Formats: sequence, structure tokens, C-alpha cells
Amino acid sequence: MASPLKQFEIKSIVPIEVGGIDVSFTNSSLFMVIVITAITLFLVLGMRKGALVPGRWQSMAELSYEFIAGLVRDNIGQEGRAYFPFVFSLFMFILFCNTIGLVPYSFTVTSHIIVTFALAVLVFLGVTVVAIVKHKMKFFSYFLPKGTPLYMAPLLIPIEILSYLARPVTLSLRLFANMMAGHTMLKVFAGFVVALGYFGFAPMVVLIPLYLLELIVALLQAFVFTILTCLYLHDAIHLH
Amino acid sequence: MSVEAAKLIGAGLAVIGLAGVGVGIGNVFSAFITAVARNPAAQATVFPFTMLGFALVEAIALFALLIAFLILFG
Repeated sequence: MASPLKQFEIKSIVPIEVGGIDVSFTNSSLFMVIVITAITLFLVLGMRKGALVPGRWQSMAELSYEFIAGLVRDNIGQEGRAYFPFVFSLFMFILFCNTIGLVPYSFTVTSHIIVTFALAVLVFLGVTVVAIVKHKMKFFSYFLPKGTPLYMAPLLIPIEILSYLARPVTLSLRLFANMMAGHTMLKVFAGFVVALGYFGFAPMVVLIPLYLLELIVALLQAFVFTILTCLYLHDAIHLH
Repeated sequence: MSVEAAKLIGAGLAVIGLAGVGVGIGNVFSAFITAVARNPAAQATVFPFTMLGFALVEAIALFALLIAFLILFG
């Protein structure tokens, strides 16, 4: 039986080498291009008609816009509207990456820690820069919540700093582990279906609800990444 | 004790943490059901936070699983 981890292998499609570094166009890059194309087609073709009473595609495009706009408005407030394009792009990219990865024989871009880590570090550095630019030196008052007695400060401040630095780690690890564990589990059950021959319908009965669960997890993880980004931006702008 | 045996025992110990995660997820949804039972109109407001809470607790489960796999296969 083939290893369930074989689906995460990176295969280079167009080998490119720049100064000794391998920057070839891999299947991961191919699927990122597919995701961006899918998002662009979905939004551009959906809004092509621009009718006052939306048809089906336009409804979906407007729904996704409204969903993230509501999220940004509720969690960051009025100043958050400047960050809406970033949050929207982040949400659509992760959502489409997760769901396109569920198609059989395709590749899940976000099932690699380096991809999710890059996104999480982007969010973390962006939020920190926003906070420092907005509050200058007062940014460090973030680590001592209001109203704590002074004798607790030496204990509390390192803990607060540690939990702040843990943000990119937990953000990336949550998305990566969900995607990798989910897809590995699907592959293992699919292996059972093939291995059991005529009794293969038994694991199949489990596999179908499992696929539904994976779809829910894909949508949920995109939502959680986005709402945590909004909450971190709220912390950065309003300093708690 | 061989390294292989120690790895298996370590992985087994690492997944004990998932007990807390089970309690946590039960807590989150129990609070959601109670809240909606007392005030059905609040369902739309409370649901996104329920999903957020569930995903955050599930992340802990995946951290424990990650440690177990690192011990087993690292």
C-alpha cells in the first residue's frame, strides 16, 4: 500500500535555478496559479452583469465581499476599512487553496508548513508594524494590561511577550496541521477501500461523511485564520 | 530500553493531552446550546464565536498530535 504522505510531495514541473538556488516552478506553484485564476474568474465574471437585483454568481461574489466586510467592520471598527483588501485577499486565497485541495488528484497548497508560515509571518509582521507606527513607544504598554498590581508585572510581562510571539507559530500550525491531518486521514481510508476489495463499501460509508467533515474544516480554517487576523489588527490599532 | 520502544511510549503519553481537548470542545458547544436555548434570537450573533472557539480548541489537539508524531517519526 502506498504511503498516505506521498500526496504532499513537491514535484518540479519547470526546473529553474538562480545562482545555485532552486526556484523551479513546482506543482505547488501550479496550484497557487490555479487558485489565483479561480478567484479572479469567480469575482470578475460574477460581477460582469452588475445588475441591481443580483443573479446567482453575482450573489455569491457579493456575499463573499459582504461577509469579510462585516467581519472587518465588527472586529476592527471604522479604521479597519483600510485593511479590508488585505483581509479579503487572505481569506479568498486560503479558502480556495483549502477547497481546491479537496478535489481528487489535486494538491493542497496550504498543507505545507512553509506556505502557512509565510502567511502567518506576513500577518504577524504587518500587525506589529501597524501597531508600532500608530503608537510609537506606547506599543510596549500592550504587554502590561490595565489594572494589574505592580508586583505581578515581572511575572506577567514575560508571559504576555511569549504569548504574543507565539501568534505566528499557532496561526500557521493550526492551518497546516488541520490540512495535513485531514488529507492524510482521507488517504488512509481510501487505501482501506481499495485494500478490502469486495467489502470496500464499508470504509466508503465512513469516507463520504469524512469528506464532508474535511470540507467543513477547509471552510472553517479559512474563516478562523481571517477572524484571528482581524482580532490581532484590532489589538494593534486599539492597544487592547 | 530500546529507542523504538521509548518512542512508542512517548507518543502514547503525548496524546493523553487530547482528553483536555475533548472536555474543551464539549464545553464550547454546551455553552452555545445553553445560550441559544435561553435566547433563540441570539443564535446568529453567537455562532461565529462558537466556530472560532471550536477551531482554537481543536488547534491544541493538533499541537498534541504534532508532538506525538515528532516523537514517533522525528
